[in-house]
Amino acid sequence: MNLTLRVWRQSAPDARGSIVNYEANDISPDMSFLEMLDVVNERLTERGEIPIAFDHDCREGICGSCGVMINGAAHGPMRGTATCQLHMRSFTDGDTITVEPWRARAFPVIKDLCVDRSAFDRIIAAGGYVSANTGGARDANEILIPKENVDTAMDAAACIGCGACVAACPNASASLFTAAKITHLGLLPQGQPERYRRALRMVTRMDLESFGGCTLFGECQDACPKEISIDTIARMNRDYLKAVMIAKAEPDSTTA
Amino acid sequence: MELRSRVPTGPLEGKWERHKFEMKLVNPANKRKYTILVVGSGLAGASAAATLSELGYNVKCYCFQDSPRRAHSIAAQGGINAAKNYQNDGDSIYRLFYDTVKGGDFRAREANVYRLAQISVTIIDQCVAQGVPFAREYGGLLSNRSFGGAQVSRTFYARGQTGQQLLLGAYQALEKEIANGGVTMYPRTEMLDLIVVDGRARGIVIRNELTGKIESHLGDAVVLGTGGYGNVFYLSTNAKGTNTTAIWRSYKRGAAFGNPCYTQIHPTCIPVSGDYQSKLTLMSESLRNDGRVWVPKKQGDKRPPHEIPEAERDYYLERKYPSFGNLAPRDISSRSAKEVCDEGRGVGETALGVYLDFADAIKRLGEASIRERYGNLFEMYQRITDEDPYKIPMRIYPAVHYTMGGLWVDYNLMSTIPGLHVIGEANFSDHGANRLGASALMQGLADGYFVLPYTIGDYIASAKLAPVTTDHPVVRSTEADVTERTKRLLAIKGKRTAASFHRELGKIMWDNCGMARNEQGLKRALKEIPALREEFWENVNVPGASAELNQSLEHAGRVADFLELGELMCLDALHRTESCGGHFREESQTPDGEALRDDEHFTYVAAWEYAGPESEPILNKERLIFENVKLSQRSYK
Repeated sequence: MNLTLRVWRQSAPDARGSIVNYEANDISPDMSFLEMLDVVNERLTERGEIPIAFDHDCREGICGSCGVMINGAAHGPMRGTATCQLHMRSFTDGDTITVEPWRARAFPVIKDLCVDRSAFDRIIAAGGYVSANTGGARDANEILIPKENVDTAMDAAACIGCGACVAACPNASASLFTAAKITHLGLLPQGQPERYRRALRMVTRMDLESFGGCTLFGECQDACPKEISIDTIARMNRDYLKAVMIAKAEPDSTTA
Repeated sequence: MELRSRVPTGPLEGKWERHKFEMKLVNPANKRKYTILVVGSGLAGASAAATLSELGYNVKCYCFQDSPRRAHSIAAQGGINAAKNYQNDGDSIYRLFYDTVKGGDFRAREANVYRLAQISVTIIDQCVAQGVPFAREYGGLLSNRSFGGAQVSRTFYARGQTGQQLLLGAYQALEKEIANGGVTMYPRTEMLDLIVVDGRARGIVIRNELTGKIESHLGDAVVLGTGGYGNVFYLSTNAKGTNTTAIWRSYKRGAAFGNPCYTQIHPTCIPVSGDYQSKLTLMSESLRNDGRVWVPKKQGDKRPPHEIPEAERDYYLERKYPSFGNLAPRDISSRSAKEVCDEGRGVGETALGVYLDFADAIKRLGEASIRERYGNLFEMYQRITDEDPYKIPMRIYPAVHYTMGGLWVDYNLMSTIPGLHVIGEANFSDHGANRLGASALMQGLADGYFVLPYTIGDYIASAKLAPVTTDHPVVRSTEADVTERTKRLLAIKGKRTAASFHRELGKIMWDNCGMARNEQGLKRALKEIPALREEFWENVNVPGASAELNQSLEHAGRVADFLELGELMCLDALHRTESCGGHFREESQTPDGEALRDDEHFTYVAAWEYAGPESEPILNKERLIFENVKLSQRSYK
């Protein structure tokens, strides 16, 4: 198939970017979207041009490195699919495809389609863990966990940290990402001691990172390649609210 | 070169415990004065960095990805082994030890493997404490499944995303330590050389991928958790970025490379579909628990699978290995698939594929339970191939997946360069010539959480290290080497892309140093690789400049190293004239086509020592001594 690509090119973080058109001819429908970009890049290199920079690694939808806006949709038209898992059979011969980086103030563009998502790491560092230093753990079967709880925790833990939720949100909110971790850990007995402290700290950090607020558009769950539900956001809000109350009543308990 | 394994004496069961006691400790108040550089943030690197920081060391951690959470451990699907015997089916530490030594075709160090089996149980406890959502039964207890090559059910799993969940556990622990100030994280940073001062590893030269800045970081010890080198084959199940550079540069600075030819070709991957293919996708071998592997009995049978009656199907694994059947170990399953395809009985358009059929399991258990077990894998398969595996049998073919070889390390996980420690897939240590399923996660976490944090303390407490600063002549010259190399790559401005060289190298490796190897092919490869390398350095085109994000430059540097490593792998494969595990020499097989070991001549680890650009590397041998296990012909019949 022959396609026309309209790709965002930006040479550096502070450079002015623009959309550049490329012809992508002889593309096989069995290629993944990134393999199509590989082919375009090989041809650009052979012509002495600078190839398009994009982040990618595992190419099987689990590392969360890749992610671009394809015709205005985060990760493109298929539900529950990361860009690397999208195949060209989802497009038609002759299509024009617009490819842009994630757009969010908290994700500044580094080059072309690469953005800086380190804000996500800082949200996790604020409290997205269980403080269980290595050693000293009790036998794994000593604490029983109902299967339903683990399964729901796992649904949330499946987040790959790609940032599609932020890119899809009209407010560029990181609520789904943050809520997924709060939900994962908050549903497990091991996560209880730090549950409210975690919610308070992670939400505070998220707000500091210039993400927008959540107004429950729900675009995030539609864009999420792991189809994480916005139910997690309800859980986050509940935990956060409670955490704020506790923090007011006992200022040391949630921030210490 | 002297290879001192430092395996403690005494009975197998007590070695590690006693060794832990005999190792020196670093005074808690002094730990923060020591800086440890951890390269890589996968299961091994992240768990080590977090644990070392918890102990009080000053840790710097590096990864080439944009976040430590993206390391390739994340893609492991199936599970992690542990000798918990929760299923009451006869498992024990000794059995896991024995299975691993046997599965590795008796080419691993007994004491290391036993320690791994001992630690396995603690890993599960640690991960559960971190909030890893392992699968559970309705009663709330942990669930297990059996996995390729094992007759007990000892594999813990989190759907088909076990690697992801374990890595996120380690990553979260790492982020906790970053927040606590114990770890400084350097993402989008590549290690390009090792700094060896007075015979000891004292630092690394790194390139900041965003700015292109090349600089040296110094410390008291260096830890490499940089993963395997399967991407030397170009097509593999590894992530695109995984590379050999850190261990290869260290090899060239004096670290011996152990068993470079031991490569694992995983039996259950999605077959190649075209030249543009950039990587191969693994389908977890847990699928073999319920899927049956078959090909048509007739050669060139082009009928669709449902039109081939039962009597005309060859369930070749069940036929050849009745007691293990579809669960035969990876090397054996892969080779059997190659055999039937070589016989002209392969399926699919390229005829390089075999069926993995779930029809019986769906009939027996219902589609819902198959969906519950493997839903995400089936979905992944359908996405890639556009075929519904609930209705049409999957097509699978072997693909390069893991490298058992790696830098040689002693019992303390230290390489032949004092101070340079190597953990996880990057070292050669525990899997011998073939790794069992669900053992990579186990080894990565054992090394990072529970072995290295003890042994590195012993090194630090024993070594008397003089302070080194960045103006030291060795630091300057190592840094200058890296700068020079980078400039050279950019200056060639030839006609071919780095990717085209990589593909060509991959084909040479796959054809001659893949699932089956012979003298003629390896000798051919040993001619072709240097020629290709020479062309690379004259004709590669690396666009762009150094002082910017330049993915072409990063890739070209990695390909340059693969072009050297490939040669060493072929050399190692050529010298080892026996077959063992994943290394199958066609000249050495039993009358019925099984791998034939030569224990008399090859019961050793081949540790290759770099001898300069003009000389052949030197082969050093570490004899493997088996005090507990009797060497036997591996049989899964």
